[in-house]
Amino acid sequence: MSFFSYAWDWITQSVNWHGSDGIPHQVLAHLGYSGLSLFIAALIAVPAGVAIGHRGGRSAVAVVNVANAWRAIPTLGLLTLLAVFLGFSALTWLVPLVALAIPPILLTTCEGVAGVDPGVTDAAKGAGMTTWQQVVRVEVPIAMPLILVGLRTSAIFVVATATIAAYIGLGGLGRFIIDGLASNQYGPVAGGALLVVILAILVLVLFAGISRLVVPAGLRRQGRSE
Amino acid sequence: MWSWIPGNASLIWHLTWENLKLGVLSALYGLVLSLPLGIIAARLRWFYPPVLTVFTILYAVPSLALFIALIPAFGLTDTTVIIALTVFSLCVILPNVVAGLRAVPAAVTQAATAMGYGPLRRLVTVELPLAVPVIMAGLRVGVVSSISLASVGQLIGVSSLGYLFIDGLQRSFPTEIYVGLVLVIVLALVCDLILVAVRRALTPWLART
Repeated sequence: MSFFSYAWDWITQSVNWHGSDGIPHQVLAHLGYSGLSLFIAALIAVPAGVAIGHRGGRSAVAVVNVANAWRAIPTLGLLTLLAVFLGFSALTWLVPLVALAIPPILLTTCEGVAGVDPGVTDAAKGAGMTTWQQVVRVEVPIAMPLILVGLRTSAIFVVATATIAAYIGLGGLGRFIIDGLASNQYGPVAGGALLVVILAILVLVLFAGISRLVVPAGLRRQGRSE
Repeated sequence: MWSWIPGNASLIWHLTWENLKLGVLSALYGLVLSLPLGIIAARLRWFYPPVLTVFTILYAVPSLALFIALIPAFGLTDTTVIIALTVFSLCVILPNVVAGLRAVPAAVTQAATAMGYGPLRRLVTVELPLAVPVIMAGLRVGVVSSISLASVGQLIGVSSLGYLFIDGLQRSFPTEIYVGLVLVIVLALVCDLILVAVRRALTPWLART
């Protein structure tokens, strides 16, 4: 039997849809971990990226190297280390997932803001905008498509990686995978994995929708004509 | 507690080597596959959007889920982990190959053509070298991520530095986890630095940044 038939058989068994360890409950837990981590990462990385991108120059170049080096931190290692010291505290899963989500957002935000045409910022300055207005009303909206790409990448990483939170005894879709691996049952392992993939694809679709709403109309037209 | 390290040197060495092998092979396979795909995609306008969509979706597939999906076909082996990480690297590198090739100025390719370069010679001696910085940027992300992600392979029982995380957690022994963390990060950063050096050697005409 293939991966999909195992996964499908498991997902369609009604017994897996009930109770506090059923599919709906774990999907919600998974989305909870992922959403909170992404939100905190965005709160840190978007303002930092905007500030660094606005200054430009060497610091913007340094961000690329720092963000790349940051990816070297293995999430599983950080998670197990925190689990040894903090046990089941929320910080144990929150810190590794936030750390994972920061680099893509930081990188694209910085790139997007640093890449705004100097002619445009000069025009904003000439029109009498303060630095704050320039950043908020000109640079950020122009950088928005790239910022969303970063948020999307991070969201996918976080949804994918929240799976391993189950390794330290937490809920979420990883529960099915880790427990299935431990008891040599491929059904829940495949089913859990397929559900994570479906969630990740829903995230892609969600971001495609958001980008339609948030990207300024003028930029969208420009994108199409290119 | 640090005496654990010399006592387990051969285990640590073995796991480091396995982790390096999984990560580097996956990134290299990813590069080897993304070059021809990227070259075709940069040429044929209709080819790239569907390919990009496929790889955006593949990129969204968690590595652990991909490991699991490959278990029926390849078992709990290195192959399973390498295929999954190759797909991941491919998703990271391919867009850069296409972007790098498309960014070659038209004047440059026209000049090469005017000098009598055929399409293949122009690609190999003009366009690819000019695209090296962008391709390398993708490869750097690919190799660093693959080395780091290879540790997750341990969850399906494939040897890597992830063993130190899992064993360290089970024994509540932080030293072991520290060793694993430091080694994964050092491996990834050393590979990253090597790629920066290679990029500089391949593009001597660029200012050193």
